[in-house]
Amino acid sequence: MPHALIKYGLSRSYPGHRHFNSRKELKDHYDVVIIGGGGHGAAIAYYLSKYHGVKNVVILEKGYLGGGNTARNTAVIRANYLTEEGVCFYRDSLKLFRGLSNEFGYNIMWENRGQLTLAHTDAAIRSFRWRAEVNKHLGVRSEVIGLDEIRELVPMLNMSEHARFPILAGLWHADGGTARHDAVVWGYAKGACERGVELHQLTTVTGLDIESGRVKAVNTNRGKIQCGCVVQAVAGNSSVVGRMAGIHLPIHTFPLQAMVTQPYKPVLGPLVSSPQYHVYVQQTSRGEFVIGGGSDPYPLYNTRSTLEMKESLAAAAMEVLPFLGQMRLLRQWAGITDMTPDYSPIMGLSPLENYYLDAGWGTWGFKATPICGVTMAELIATQRVPDLIKPFSLDRFYQFRQINEAGATAASH
Amino acid sequence: MSVEERLPAPAGLLLDRSKKISFRFQDKQYEAWQGDSIASALAASGQWILSRSFKYHRPRGILSMAGQDANALVQLPSDPNTLADVTPVSDQLAVVAQNFKGSLEHDKHAWIGRFSRFMPAGFYYKAFFRPKGVWEKIWAPIIRSRAGLGVVDTNYTSGYFDKQYAFTDVAVIGAGPAGLSAALAAANGGASVLLVDENRLLGGSLTYARLAGAADAAARHREQLVSAVGAHANITVMCESMCNGWFTDNWLAVIKGSRLYKVRAKEVIVCSGSMEQPAIFRNNDLPGIMLGSAAQRLIKWYAVRPGRQAVVLTGNSHGYGVALDLLDAGVRVAAVVDMRAEPTADALSRAIADRGVRIITGSAIYEAVPDASKNHVVAVEVRGISARGRCADHGERIPCDLVCMSPGYTPAYQLICHAGGRVAYDDATSMFTLEGLPQHMHMAGSVTGMYVHESVCAEGRYAGRAALQSLGLSTEDIEPAPVRGLSDRVNFDWPIFAHPAGKEFVDFDEDLQIHDIIVSTLDGYEDIQLVKRYTTVGMGPSQGRHSALATARIVADATGRTVAETGVTTARPPFAPERIAHNAGRSFYPERHSAMHHRHLEAGAQMLIAGAWLRPAFYGEKGQRDQCMAREALNVRQNVGLVDVSTLGGIEVRGPDAAELLQRIYTFRFAKQAVGRCRYAVMANEQGVVIDDGVACRLHEQLYYVTATTGGVDRVYQSMLRWNAQWRLNVDIANVTSTWCGVNIAGPKSREVLRRLCTDVDLSSQAFPYMGVQEGHVAEIPARIMRVGFVGELGYEIHVPQHYGEYLWDRLMEVGVEYGIQPFGIEAQRLLRLEKGHIIIGQDTDAMSFPAEVNLDWAVAKEKPFFVGNRAIQEVNTRGLTRKLAGFVIEDANAPCPQESHLVLDGDRMTGRVTSCYVSPTLGKTIGMAFVAPEQAQPGSTVTIKSTNGRLVEAKIVKLPFYDPDNKRQEM
Repeated sequence: MPHALIKYGLSRSYPGHRHFNSRKELKDHYDVVIIGGGGHGAAIAYYLSKYHGVKNVVILEKGYLGGGNTARNTAVIRANYLTEEGVCFYRDSLKLFRGLSNEFGYNIMWENRGQLTLAHTDAAIRSFRWRAEVNKHLGVRSEVIGLDEIRELVPMLNMSEHARFPILAGLWHADGGTARHDAVVWGYAKGACERGVELHQLTTVTGLDIESGRVKAVNTNRGKIQCGCVVQAVAGNSSVVGRMAGIHLPIHTFPLQAMVTQPYKPVLGPLVSSPQYHVYVQQTSRGEFVIGGGSDPYPLYNTRSTLEMKESLAAAAMEVLPFLGQMRLLRQWAGITDMTPDYSPIMGLSPLENYYLDAGWGTWGFKATPICGVTMAELIATQRVPDLIKPFSLDRFYQFRQINEAGATAASH
Repeated sequence: MSVEERLPAPAGLLLDRSKKISFRFQDKQYEAWQGDSIASALAASGQWILSRSFKYHRPRGILSMAGQDANALVQLPSDPNTLADVTPVSDQLAVVAQNFKGSLEHDKHAWIGRFSRFMPAGFYYKAFFRPKGVWEKIWAPIIRSRAGLGVVDTNYTSGYFDKQYAFTDVAVIGAGPAGLSAALAAANGGASVLLVDENRLLGGSLTYARLAGAADAAARHREQLVSAVGAHANITVMCESMCNGWFTDNWLAVIKGSRLYKVRAKEVIVCSGSMEQPAIFRNNDLPGIMLGSAAQRLIKWYAVRPGRQAVVLTGNSHGYGVALDLLDAGVRVAAVVDMRAEPTADALSRAIADRGVRIITGSAIYEAVPDASKNHVVAVEVRGISARGRCADHGERIPCDLVCMSPGYTPAYQLICHAGGRVAYDDATSMFTLEGLPQHMHMAGSVTGMYVHESVCAEGRYAGRAALQSLGLSTEDIEPAPVRGLSDRVNFDWPIFAHPAGKEFVDFDEDLQIHDIIVSTLDGYEDIQLVKRYTTVGMGPSQGRHSALATARIVADATGRTVAETGVTTARPPFAPERIAHNAGRSFYPERHSAMHHRHLEAGAQMLIAGAWLRPAFYGEKGQRDQCMAREALNVRQNVGLVDVSTLGGIEVRGPDAAELLQRIYTFRFAKQAVGRCRYAVMANEQGVVIDDGVACRLHEQLYYVTATTGGVDRVYQSMLRWNAQWRLNVDIANVTSTWCGVNIAGPKSREVLRRLCTDVDLSSQAFPYMGVQEGHVAEIPARIMRVGFVGELGYEIHVPQHYGEYLWDRLMEVGVEYGIQPFGIEAQRLLRLEKGHIIIGQDTDAMSFPAEVNLDWAVAKEKPFFVGNRAIQEVNTRGLTRKLAGFVIEDANAPCPQESHLVLDGDRMTGRVTSCYVSPTLGKTIGMAFVAPEQAQPGSTVTIKSTNGRLVEAKIVKLPFYDPDNKRQEM
């Protein structure tokens, strides 16, 4: 039994060292105000305080820590994107995920399960091969595999030639994995708070005081705070907060639903995804099957569940993995995704001098959490845009330099 | 107790004592009556352990007998995690327990529970990761192997499941006294009523609970209400039906049997009742300890005596009713332990006192004592309550094999929360209350905290009338809703008693003790949502039904907030776990077939999926793709071929502004296009990216027939509609894809073949030149004939009304015989068009391809004042290209043919990729198109392709097209 647990077990009173600061008054001034206490906000605070010595930082969270899309995503971590920009970015993120538990001293339960994406058309095979070739060239393990290898990886798949969309090939991404999504934000917040960052939950930003191209102060439901600079990290609400800064972001916001079954003994190792059927399935380390798919068909800011999505996810999941039919659903929920036209984030500088953007996280935000923290912290601390996120600047939409990522997102997650 | 020893009627409401059945549990055979649930039959035979718990592998048995807890989950063949307490047993059913190692009675993993102090909430976050790598190598696999409950059947294929729509004025959810009363009131007012209940019997608590007065008081009330409902023409009753979710606009998901009913109700009345809660004390999870209502269900529904000697722990008068029922069933009641210091005496408590049962007030069960095997309760330690949640230092040990707990209830708030209702907490009654119901939703009964029978019924009637008013069926003033009185106070405020040795379970699903919840708050996870996520409380199969109230109380206490401030976590659908197969229903993934589909199959075609369509890939044996493709292609080049192009999109744009619409939506010019001419049409999006192409045929001054790609037509059509919603041009836009079908007859002999069937159109090159369009008849069928040249030969696309498709195909094949006509598939068509240098949108373009990059600059009319994508295209052209689509040939005959999507390199830098590549039988070498860097695109330069297994292949860039650069053949 690990040493840490023996220590807990044998101590008389519970060693109650809080992971986050308790509720307290807001200060009048912070060097960095981070709007949004999700994974990204916490990660930015963590890297600022740990690696750049910037400690007078506050995280403002309108709900509870990690309660937005950090809590609602399905914890898929992968780097098998299509473009050089995307692959390098998520590759570096994945690398950070692997070392995160030891970085924190807090177990995020990273597991390298691998991800299998299924091709049901010859067009999909072409696009998978494209991804695999780009991935391999950039040091990411992806391979187009045939039916025998697919069968070996996931024997329960419906491999019938008579399926409506028979499986023709697969994209095997050996590097893919998962982690406990909550633990990621908690680990970051804990590390940041230990270094003096303040976390304020139930604190809503209501407006920004802007003078001559700078944010002077941040107004909250608990009063006004002066700021050195501000970064917005509010996936699902990016346009709304951006508008407070007078910035119009090219984002359309859609709910993204998922559902989970009761826990069953482990049988499915890799994450399985079928873009054709708009569904993906993975079994969590608790034994539940998590099933997700594409975004809702119309924009909305509501996390309600719909019966239609549940029906279509269930039908699609059973087309691919018929054995799921016996399982029982426990829960259905939704997150809110800020979709950009090129399926890539909007990161970096903004039209305001001291306002930074970390937005447009669509369905790819969780897997970018560590790298986003690293690069945004570097930007804020050094005022230089790291190469890795240069392509993701807001400017690209004004210059018709969008990123060619559409082929690798959607239902693949 | 054998089946014959069950309690006499009226106990056993659900049993059919004429049919004896037998089933297996673990390795033993058991008997049951028809109508028994698995758990009731096992309990009757003295088998109390049903399965082992999730984390500590503790023995677990009946808790609710209502399908509300995870204790009762057992394994059936191909049906893991089945609720034993509500699933009827069937003859020869094989049932096994879940989550144990070794035997159910002696679980080899039960030792884990002894180490629970080393595994506080969130323990896995705090350990297992040092040294680096140890988590993935050692701990994760161990922990993962312990996860989960039931075992899935990986070979399972689902039986028949389907769906049905239903419509009603009023849906009443729950057929207890409130629901029955509400249904009657609504139906009497003329509304159609759908009454839904999960149980086999109507009547809710009236089927098992004890009312004051005569022993059969509840039964008589039930009989009255149920017979009135049964006789009412306006009421449709659905029993054994689970209303599992409320969705926007009163859209209800109801599961019955193997069918999912989707019910649209104008009004919904939620009479879902309430769920009795466990008390929290050490070993409160031992088999033999159950809710008071569970013991009553065992007696009344299944005629099972739940024990021999009982202790009833209560905080309300209902516990006395339980004690009375136990006595009547022949169970000795050693004591009624009432947590209230000074309980108000009522009819039930007086009856208990009259029957000589010992009543211990102001006391609680401090600890339950297990037998030697730790598998059943044998005694309880009863102690006085010294302060809230605290017991005196000493107490009394009372032997018993049954403990019934009645400390209070939680409303079944799930459906109301799905609809946006909020859970609040009333400190005065220590109860959750509901507020913020949406319009057209009502509630009545114990879900509102109403427990006295008469007021419950009155509230049901009130809700029924409120629904009538909302429907506009009644304008009468309705009497005010009944208000809760003292007798409706059923919750003891703090039935939570911590023990220094722990094992006081708050959440049975997840094996969480009081300590675990407190640890969470000490670690800083204070918000109820964070407590849930950190400890996993409420995340198990019962979704917090029995833990939400206690958790809210403990967290409130630990963080110095009120329970109301602390709140509960969000309830989300479904209410009860539901099969994925129910939601899937019958698979519905339709296929589209062209009118000539059968002819392709008869000709031995291998079909290829293209969106919803099936198209012939090639004609021949499966493994013979390359040979078939080459043969078909050569025949087109030398003779004549026929390909089915029905799947191409067809859109008619009609009206005075038809040309203007095309002028704006496509990149090319159409204003001056002559009637009778076709023009290539490229569509860009606002980013200037090429998204579709087709041919625009001007059939009339005000009528264009525009083709689109198979996969793109729906998007093109939508895009036209969307844009014209802004432009408001005077046009009609119609997607006529399924109205027309078509073939392309191509090859040097195509004119001769067509001439045999088409007499009213002059097919001569002068009268009908390349890119002309004519209307006439082919094989007497009215046809639109376009002279276009995708494959680079003389050819005609013939579009006819779709029901003539097969006839057209047959006639062309028939008269074409002497010219060597052969069908050709998509693969050959792809090869032929590649030889001719034509691109396929989606294959040779991607999500960011600008016209100039894919050599479509010529199809962009730069002088037009506006078209969609204009500004972006100008901008990008000014900036200069970053890549270009170029033709290449592989001259080294020994080099492998690169595959589509292989990368083009410049040193180590990726500059592009192969988009199309074939060995051309006509040209005798490997040809292809690839994106390359602009500086690599000069004909004559050489590029490197990273081919299969990383092998580098040299390719020479050549000018496109590969075939017939002077267009002599298509224009002959």
